[in-house]
This record gives sequence, structure tokens and C-alpha cells, in this order.
Amino acid sequence: MARQVAIYGKGGIGKSTTTQNTVAALAEAGKKIMVVGCDPKADSTRLLLHGLCQKTVLDTLRDEGDDIELDAILKPGFGETQCVESGGPEPGVGCAGRGIITSINLLESLGAYTPDLDYVFYDVLGDVVCGGFAMPIREGKAEEIYIVASGELMALYAANNIAKGIKKYADNGKVRLGGIICNSRKVDNELPLLKAFAEELGSQLIYFVPRDNLVQRAEINKKTVIDFDPTSGQANEYRNLAQAIDNNKMFVIPRPMVQERLEELMMQHGFMDAM
Amino acid sequence: MPESIPEPAAVHTTGKINPAKTCQPIGAMYAALGIHGCLPHSHGSQGCCAYHRMHLTRHFRDPVMASSSSFTEGASVFGGAANLKTSIKNVFAIYNPEVIAVHTTCLSETIGDDIPNILKTAEIPEGKTVIHINTPSYQGSHVTGFAGMCKAMVSYLSTSDGFQKDQVNVLPGFVNPGDMREIRRIVNELGVKLVMFPDTSGVLDTPLTGKYQMYPAGGATVAEIRDSGNSSLTLALGAFASNDAADLLQEKCGVTGIPLKLPIGLKATDAFIMAIRDWFGVEVPASLATERGQVVDTLIDTNIHYQGKTVAIFGDPDHVIAMTEFVLTLGMVPKYILTGTPGKAFATEITKMLEEAGITGSKVKAEGDLFELRQWIHEEKVDLLIGTTYGKYIARKEDIPLVRFGFPILDRAVHPLMPVVGYRGCLRLIEQISNALLDRRDRDSLDEDYELVL
Repeated sequence: MARQVAIYGKGGIGKSTTTQNTVAALAEAGKKIMVVGCDPKADSTRLLLHGLCQKTVLDTLRDEGDDIELDAILKPGFGETQCVESGGPEPGVGCAGRGIITSINLLESLGAYTPDLDYVFYDVLGDVVCGGFAMPIREGKAEEIYIVASGELMALYAANNIAKGIKKYADNGKVRLGGIICNSRKVDNELPLLKAFAEELGSQLIYFVPRDNLVQRAEINKKTVIDFDPTSGQANEYRNLAQAIDNNKMFVIPRPMVQERLEELMMQHGFMDAM
Repeated sequence: MPESIPEPAAVHTTGKINPAKTCQPIGAMYAALGIHGCLPHSHGSQGCCAYHRMHLTRHFRDPVMASSSSFTEGASVFGGAANLKTSIKNVFAIYNPEVIAVHTTCLSETIGDDIPNILKTAEIPEGKTVIHINTPSYQGSHVTGFAGMCKAMVSYLSTSDGFQKDQVNVLPGFVNPGDMREIRRIVNELGVKLVMFPDTSGVLDTPLTGKYQMYPAGGATVAEIRDSGNSSLTLALGAFASNDAADLLQEKCGVTGIPLKLPIGLKATDAFIMAIRDWFGVEVPASLATERGQVVDTLIDTNIHYQGKTVAIFGDPDHVIAMTEFVLTLGMVPKYILTGTPGKAFATEITKMLEEAGITGSKVKAEGDLFELRQWIHEEKVDLLIGTTYGKYIARKEDIPLVRFGFPILDRAVHPLMPVVGYRGCLRLIEQISNALLDRRDRDSLDEDYELVL
């Protein structure tokens, strides 16, 4: 049975980049992985596929009707990863949440969840804004969640909100928070702040990914760092993150904070020391 | 039905005009009524529930009870969890059913309510049961919803106790209570113990007693459905309505499932009876052999009335597939065969039958609509139309006789009580088909050709 992992976090925090680099590192280590992009922008598999060459599930559904073959939506990417993009409506129209429900149901009925998979990664857009965006953490789907955050208040605010969503599902189900991944923005005192934040949630800072411009260069070349410059230090950072996830044993029901406590924490670690 | 149809023929794309199907929840609600003491529950706004109850009532002419989560603007913003939990609490407190069978609606599906998660925290009294199925109407059809609810019965209730009993499960498909009663009679005649679910006989064909009963005596009990996991065989009648549940029963409880057509027509009824005979090693009693003999005798007496006549058939896929086989037995020529329910299996199955019968030039379509069917008939006429009440407009405009068959029939009564399955069903269908053609012949014949004896 594959470990199903969902990655959440504030928009623009680097979820897709972090997910794909982690997946690339796991694939390099010989794991069989399926990546399900749950973002209407459909850029969750761009680095693994070397470009936006994937036709999304929902576009395929619209163009070809209900009878779709699995091959039409599942594309092999770096390291034999299986890549799917759920896709969705254009900005400002339709219902993206329903899109995610539809495409995950479709993947299931087409038999995409094969027993030989070691991992399924869901890369989910922004906040858990409505029921559809919680689809990847419903029963029988992802049981471990990682939140990507940084030392900026808005990123932590979003992470805390996501923790609320997780708690709601965790109270009755099997879904658990596996940890916080820090995608560093080089904010003052970022590491202690993130550690304190993760601990306050009852979880852990599973890895601190330092900021490196190499990531941007790799992105411009439509590649993961593992793929673009496998000998670099940053590639090793992602390998370490992948290993930390692979070895992770700490899965908790998060204890989200009230807004005041979050801001207090911020003052304590983020600014007080810096001032 | 439009007054005129466009010339030249309009090209059909994804749009539908008079689709030959309806919403998933209607099927789910009907299936749920086949559980004893069950109140179907519609998780959505009140309008959905009201429409589904009304539609079923119009077909069965018996009151159809169901409750609703009564969504408002608030529920659509905040999710329907609170409404569902309150509904469950209230329904058990006020209406006291044995089972609540929840199905969803388009609104709750789009909100993304996670029903299993909500049910986990709902207050369900000791000894009572709540089951559920997701039924977004923008997928599939009422047949899909029916199949889903049957599957939910298996996933929530059927359990294997680790031994097998000499009993057969029959998943009867989306048929009338009269058909379910007839299926039970046939299996009883064969002397095999039957677990049939859903079973709406005794629920939607109840006699008038002068006393209202919210939960009539009929329906498969929870204990029976649970025990289906211990049966040695499941017969899934109608692939579209019953295969999902039979597959799950095989996977979950190890009960062998055999997919069959709905036992409508001579061949399909033979197949149904033979499947039971072969598996359980029972003798087919003389009573059934007599009934079969009567059908064969009638076929010989009446075949001149329908032999070689062309026919258009539409309706639900399982019904249409079985009916196509039967009209081929009758020597008729199925020219247009259409269902509104999506699924490639429909065309595959029908095309195979037509090929075997050596019939070419027929049009077969799944996920079709009645506008297109009328266009086909308008281009090249058929002698007879077989389908639901919605076909009456085509029949009138194109001036062809209609034999009402399937779901829904809203403009005639008695049909829910009269079986079309089994050998008795064959007789009834032969009577309806030949009467329709003979009435037409009488109507059209000149005085000098107007015969007393036909």
C-alpha cells in the first residue's frame, strides 16, 4: 500500500517546487511515485515533465467525455514518476474544488492507484478554502500531510489555518500532520521561529530548506535541482528532506493556535531577538 | 417535443434535448425503498427531494416518503455537516425508521461534503443504521444512482461469517415491485432460499387497508442484507444496475457473482433459471416448464403479427438490452436502440446481438436523447416504438404505436404491479406488442379489409 502524502501551504510559498524536488529525490532513491497536481494552474508537475506538456484530467474530460483511458492523463516524468494534473477552470469561473473531487474520483475508477506505488503525492493549492480542496485528505486518501511555510507571518497564518482543516478531518479519520517544511525566505530568526511554531502545533519542523538561487535557475530550465545539478549542495538538501519524510514516524493531530498566540509567537521569535 | 424538426438534420454535439434519463438520486431513493423500514434521505435542498418523491409517486402510484437536509444559503457556504447531523437526530426521533439511506445532491457534491466523516460524528441510536452513497446528478443517470445505493447496501451491511449457506442473492435491477415479486416466485418455485435486495414489493405495491403505514411490511431487512455475505451465489440482473454491488460482494465476502441480463424475454428468463439450476443442482419444476411451453405456444400463434416489423427501443440500458434480445426472439427488427445512460458496454452488447441476428443498418446509441431518436424515426419510420411515457410525443408526431415499457410510465396505471420479467412477463409483452400492432392495423384498414378474426 502506497504512502499517500499531501502537501499544503500558502500560495507562492514553493509547494510545487518543494514537492517536485522531494519527489525527484525519492525517485532517484528508487521509489515508485505518482504525483497528483491539485491546482487549476496545472504547474505541479512541470519540473518533472520538463515543461507544461501535460493535458489535465479536466481538459481531457471536457474534450473527450467520460470514457477516458488512463494513458491519456498519466504521463511518465523524471525517474519514472507518474504525473497527473487535475487542472480546473480558468480564474474567476466554475468550481475548482469540484474539479479536484472529479479528477481524484476518476483516477480511482481508472485504477491509477496501483499496488506497486511506494508514494502518492498530492500538491494542493493554497489554503483549504472549500470542501473540494480537502478531497486529498478524505478517508482512504492521503494520511500524512506536510505544510510548507516560511518565517513570514502570512505563511504561518496560512499554515495555522491549514492545521485547522487537518484537525477537523483528523478527529474522525486517519489523516495526520507529518510536519512543517520550511522553505526559507531568509527572514530573521527563521529556524527558531519555525521550530517554535511547529512545536506549538504539536508537530515538528521536519526540514529546513535553505534558500538558493540554483532553484530558480533549475526552474527556468524546467527541471528539478536533482535533475539540473545533481552534485550541488541544494540537491543534497532535497535529498535530506526526502529522507526525513521517508523515515518520518511522527504523525500528530495538530493543535492550531488562536490568532493572538500566533502573533505572540512571531513577536517572541521573529522580531524581539532581532530588535 | 418540438413541433417540427430542423431540415437538414441538426448535428448533435454535447447538448441534450429531452435526455432519456434523469437524476442519480431518483435511482438511489428507489433502491433505498427496497430496504425494510428505510427512510431515504436527500442531502441537499428541499426541491431535489420533493421532485424525486413526486416522480417516483407518479410512476408507482403509491406514496414515497423521504426526508431532506433542507439546505439554505448558509448550508451551501458552511457545508452541510450540521444539517445532516440534525436531520439524522430528528428523523430517528420523529419518524423512527430502522435505516436512513443518505444520498447526496448536486449542491452537496459541489460543496464537497465528506459524508462518511459526517456520519462518524452523527448521533445514531443503538441498533439503527445509516448508509450512504454519493449521487451527483452531473454524472451518470438514475440507473447509476440505483447501482450506487445497491453497492452501499453491500459496503455498509453485507458481512461474511466465514461459512456459506445454500442460498442465492438476487440483485433484481431497477425493476418494478411486480417484477421483484415475480422473481421471488420463480426462485421459490425452484426451491432455493432467496436473499433479494433491494426489494420494493410490499413497499410500493401495497394494498389499500384503510390504515396508513409509514414503513410497510415489504423490503429486504438489514439482517437479510447482512446475511447476503454468507450466500454461495449472487445473480446480478442487469449489468448497469447490479454489477457494482455484485462485484463488491465478491470482493468483500467472497460470494461468486454471475452477471445476467434482466430476465425479460425467453432467453434471458431461461438463463436466469438455468443459472440457479446449475449452481444449486435443483430440478426445474413442471410448473415453470408449463409456463415456458405456454410462451412458445403463444409465439407460434402470434408471430405473424410482429414478424419482420421494425422497432425503435429506448429507455434504461438494462431494460433496453433485454428487450432488444426479446424482440429478436420475436423476429422483429430493432432499428433504433437508444439509452440516456452513459457507458460503452451498451453499444457493445447491442451490436453483438444485432450481428448475431444478421441485422445491419441499425442505429445504436448510449447517452442519447429523444430529439435524436425522433430525428431518426422521422428520416426512416419504424412500425413500433417501445419505451417510457416520454415516447408518447414521438409516437403522436410520427404516428406510430407505442408500447410503454420501463421507467418512468406516468400516464398509465397498473404496470408497476404487472411483471415483465419471467415467462409471465413474456406473455404480457407479447400481448402488448401484438395488440399495439393489431390496433394499428384495424385503425388503418379499409372497410373491405377490416377483419373479424386476426
